Amino acid sequence: MQIHEMGVKATVQALKERQLSCKEVTEHYLKRSEKLNPNLNAIVCANEDVLVQAEALDQKKDKDGILFGAPIAIKDLFCTKGIKSTACSNILNNFVPPYTATCVSRLQNEGALILSKTNMDEFAMGSSNEVSLFGACKNPWDQTRVPGGSSGGSAAAVSAGLAPAALGSDTGGSIRQPASFCGVVGVKPTYGSVSRYGMIAFASSLDQAGPMANSVEDCALLLEAMIAKDSKDATNAPRKVGPLINLQIPSIKGRRLGLPKQYFEGELSEGVHSAIDKIIDLLKKEGAELVEIDLPHTSFAVPVYYLVATSEASSNLSRYDGIRYGLRVEKDDEGLPVKDLHEFYSITRSKGFGEEVQRRILLGTFSLSSGYFDQFYLKACQVRRKIYCDFQEAFKNCDALLAPVATHTAFRLGEKISDPMAMYYNDVYTTAASLSGLPAMSLPIGLDQQNLPIGLQIMSPPFQEDKMLELALKIEELASFKEKPNVW
Amino acid sequence: MYGDFDVVIGLEIHAQLQTRSKCFSSASTDFAKGDNENVTPLCAGMPGTLPVLNAKAVELAIQTGLALNCEVQQRSVFARKQYFYPDMPKGYQISQYEEPICQKGFVDFYVDGEKRRIHLERAHMEEDAGKSIHQGEHSLINLNRAGIPLLEIVSAPEIKSPKEAAAYAKAVRQILRFVDVCDGNLEEGSLRCDCNVSIRKKGETRLGTKVELKNINSFRFIEKALEYEIHRQIHAVEAGEKIVQETRLYDSTKNKTFSMRKKEDAQDYRYFPDPDLLPLLIEDDTIENLRQSLPELPMQRMERFQNNYALGLDDAELLTSEKELADFFEKVASESGNPKASANWIMGDFLREFNESKSSFQNLPIKEKQLAQLIQLVDSKTLSGKMAKDVFIEMWKSGKDPQVLVKDLGLSQITDEGAILKMVQDIIGANASKVAEYKAGKDKLFGFFVGQVMKASKGQANPELVNKLIKEELSK
Repeated sequence: MQIHEMGVKATVQALKERQLSCKEVTEHYLKRSEKLNPNLNAIVCANEDVLVQAEALDQKKDKDGILFGAPIAIKDLFCTKGIKSTACSNILNNFVPPYTATCVSRLQNEGALILSKTNMDEFAMGSSNEVSLFGACKNPWDQTRVPGGSSGGSAAAVSAGLAPAALGSDTGGSIRQPASFCGVVGVKPTYGSVSRYGMIAFASSLDQAGPMANSVEDCALLLEAMIAKDSKDATNAPRKVGPLINLQIPSIKGRRLGLPKQYFEGELSEGVHSAIDKIIDLLKKEGAELVEIDLPHTSFAVPVYYLVATSEASSNLSRYDGIRYGLRVEKDDEGLPVKDLHEFYSITRSKGFGEEVQRRILLGTFSLSSGYFDQFYLKACQVRRKIYCDFQEAFKNCDALLAPVATHTAFRLGEKISDPMAMYYNDVYTTAASLSGLPAMSLPIGLDQQNLPIGLQIMSPPFQEDKMLELALKIEELASFKEKPNVW
Repeated sequence: MYGDFDVVIGLEIHAQLQTRSKCFSSASTDFAKGDNENVTPLCAGMPGTLPVLNAKAVELAIQTGLALNCEVQQRSVFARKQYFYPDMPKGYQISQYEEPICQKGFVDFYVDGEKRRIHLERAHMEEDAGKSIHQGEHSLINLNRAGIPLLEIVSAPEIKSPKEAAAYAKAVRQILRFVDVCDGNLEEGSLRCDCNVSIRKKGETRLGTKVELKNINSFRFIEKALEYEIHRQIHAVEAGEKIVQETRLYDSTKNKTFSMRKKEDAQDYRYFPDPDLLPLLIEDDTIENLRQSLPELPMQRMERFQNNYALGLDDAELLTSEKELADFFEKVASESGNPKASANWIMGDFLREFNESKSSFQNLPIKEKQLAQLIQLVDSKTLSGKMAKDVFIEMWKSGKDPQVLVKDLGLSQITDEGAILKMVQDIIGANASKVAEYKAGKDKLFGFFVGQVMKASKGQANPELVNKLIKEELSK
């Protein structure tokens, strides 16, 4: 078995038992990146010190930590001290933070190494990882297709075996959708369970960091390290989730699992639908009770999401003004010095932000403007509450919800890039859980006829990651999805 | 006062809450630090950094609210006020908008011996911006101030004159200092005052168009800036012009106000609740505990001084102008057992030396006990009033106890009638011609004899005895 086939848990075990050295493991992934990344473009920046850090771990007498020696790829949205952290935006193209995101330090505290920084849609604003300072990332299953987004680089890296696990972030589906497109497991934890400190903000009330890996167990291992109270994030809750290591495959006899009917209507493709049906049948055979659930406000999730997220983003991205760090443009296109502060801001931000980011800043600025605030932002917040209440009702009738992650499997590069509305509707199944702060995940359950992976979404009541992951272990066993992309 | 016009003034006072760290970050608030030394990644608005509310700032805001008779809210919300400016690192200021921590309230104070009450609309917490320093083509930014907690105290528009506005501002400052939440230093900017002013014809009930005055950094300038602005508005109205809603800056060197921006240029701040901060919830118990911990406030103390120490309004007002001064007075009064003399000493010699030497109560050269002892030395007639004043100056210079100085300087008063009589007789004997002149009717010479005796006694003879004995001897 090759190192990248082992996964995090077995690798850590082997490192602790000295069957492998951290240096060997790290070198293996670096070599794979060297070979595969030029095509995939999943990794945008390497941690130049990673081998030195791996050797230092090898010297350590105590091989402590549940992630000891595991090299992890980190979405470029997370600040990493001394390593460029750009959010794949030109406006941060030279930004090297003097601090590390809390969730990254938590992984490090458990012995993990920062392997590399991964590609993403600029400021996590996208569903295809096509809008990035470093160019589009490709799907390892079919390099003419997108890996999904925004955590496309993390998903592709894990899927192609460039890292055993990666950190992603999910605002409206940015972990789940690329996990689904790339055939890996991705978990968006409950809002407030993982610290947001040091994660470059897109939409503060929605952003959550989460793990991506090739198995439920590996995701659980990373999540175990990440969930903890952080005094640097006022929206971070004390840990309420139970232990996530050594989770057992549960019996699901008599368990009530919900199927939200709105998620199986409309544009859902035949391939995705039938793959989910297959899992449903297997679950029924195991004695689970599948119940239809009504989430009446589902159709509002995408518009509400795009109002809330863009409003917050328009504010969060105000700090990128060229004054203190990041891109600073002091001359106009003709090479003449800017004539005033206003022009300085305008040129710097126009050059610094890509088209999609600018579109969202404008949308958000508009919806927060006086005269429109009540009609857009405020109304969206009210409907958001309704969406949350739908779930509250639903969880009175079932333990968890099963749904598709996306209507289709990975689409082609360039297919939706010129149609923002089509791109936004990609998030139709993922935004409601984000707006409600619920833990949700994507789990690969099969391939469609084009040999592209299909993800199943599990949504759970708040802070029940342990139960959600246990159910995922069961479904993982039932689905027995073993396929890998041919770059594997 | 302004002919046919009434004046309506409202004040927005920004008070810096005295915390050791900033409102939302662990950065220090130390004023003495070098440029940009009190800056964390959060203060610089770096990506991914998050604000965490300083509990001490909330405590101080609650105490201030209670001292200003406000209704402290159990729930308040921080919002983002959005605008671009180089010294505003995040592109927004965290402030409270629709749900401030304090609602309503009032401040009582005296103007020209008359008690006035000005109501407050609200007091809300917010963070300060940094400071821009413009140098020719370049601008420099110091972020030390960025993120320092402020409480903005907003009065109702019911102040009727510039004098009243200044008195109100002073009263607020005095309360802030008594509660020890803000040092109230206008020059250093720990207290800032914006004035909204409009005029209207007498009898008119609608408010006129208001103008906001900014950049006023002393109480005197509050009065002067408003006075100038009111006259400018009256002249404009009388000339048939319309008052434009605008923000004007006060230039103290020219004593004029200048238009800074018109209302049409006013920005849309796009306020919305800050998603990085949860609503601030305050328990009733917390509010009650802080209410219990409040010190006696200036107005109460002033009234108590009038009643307990039989002081007049002006004296009580002066002695309660600063908490430390009031404390000092009460200690001296109780130690000396003579409140009246204590008040006179403090308002006279003490404050003169205090102001001349630019002292502060933290490094006073004399202690309450020492001044009390001095007062007792006068009361026991050990020292004359004149001698005591000299001793006081020595005390201020050396910090020594009055008894020690009396001994060192050989100053204690001579009250032995025999000894004084001897001196009087010697002087009269040695000045026969002056005695003759005096007896011929030159009454003024009496002072000469007194002076000579005092000189001979090195100022130590009891002046009353000296007077009495000279009179007796000369009339022989």
